[in-house]
Amino acid sequence: MVDVLQALVQRPNFVVFVILFLWGVYIMAAHPNLVKKLIGLYIVQTSAIFFLVAFSAKDGATVPIIFTDSATVDAAVYANPLPHVLTVTAIVVQVATLGVSLALVSAIYRKFGSLDEDEVLERVE
Amino acid sequence: MTFEIPLLVLLVMTAAGAVLVKDLISAVFILGSYSFALALVWALVGAVDVAFVEAVVGAGLATVFFLLTLFRMAEKDTLIRRPPVPWIAFVALPLLAILLLYGAGDLPAFGDPLSPASTHISPAYLESSVEQTRTPNVVTAVLMDYRSLDTLVETIVIFTAGIACALILRRGGA
Repeated sequence: MVDVLQALVQRPNFVVFVILFLWGVYIMAAHPNLVKKLIGLYIVQTSAIFFLVAFSAKDGATVPIIFTDSATVDAAVYANPLPHVLTVTAIVVQVATLGVSLALVSAIYRKFGSLDEDEVLERVE
Repeated sequence: MTFEIPLLVLLVMTAAGAVLVKDLISAVFILGSYSFALALVWALVGAVDVAFVEAVVGAGLATVFFLLTLFRMAEKDTLIRRPPVPWIAFVALPLLAILLLYGAGDLPAFGDPLSPASTHISPAYLESSVEQTRTPNVVTAVLMDYRSLDTLVETIVIFTAGIACALILRRGGA
């Protein structure tokens, strides 16, 4: 128990990830408003990216931009660039999916006149 | 790591605001500030490219998308009721949280230079990318050179998303 707590104190990023992820999942599942569901979706997506980027950090390392004339580069001086590359792609795709889902919400609102899940389901029947 | 804790608290507070506020337009603006706090965290961790993209695309474009959707709606529909919390949430969410947090000990410590992610393959990119691609920014080199096909297919995904938006929002359609 003590070593689990100690591990958590050393990893504040992971604790924040767990809070954001679970809260976003809860909002997506339980909130009746469609736009609030999308806000929950956005929080889940960003928390997953937050989790990945935390792995790229190294103590005492700088940004992965190499300005040196020497032929050999010391990898320990620069942060790990690979999570950055993957998450840059993921952020753009995340906003693209968000745009499509907002377009769907907008179409639902135009047809049924409500953003509330229960009211929309009533009017469908 | 002293900057970390206040920023992380700010992050959780802005996320809480976006989730709890009853007015949807206010919630969207708070979500934009959440994105920007996230960009600050990433800039300080050393992920400047991710911070730029999050500040421009996450805080900017996503907020604009939300607002474009909400501005077309009547005011009564953007003010929402807060639903009662179902009892199962009080059981399931803490249980999941405990499961996830219990596994934290197996993750590498934050900022550990010897973590598997930082020792296995990324040193090869850092050491040889300047020589092979003549680009000082390693993130750009990997994104546009080593993984350029991946980036090409990603632009196809975004193009598809744009077409899908246009087809859904078309007036007079189905």
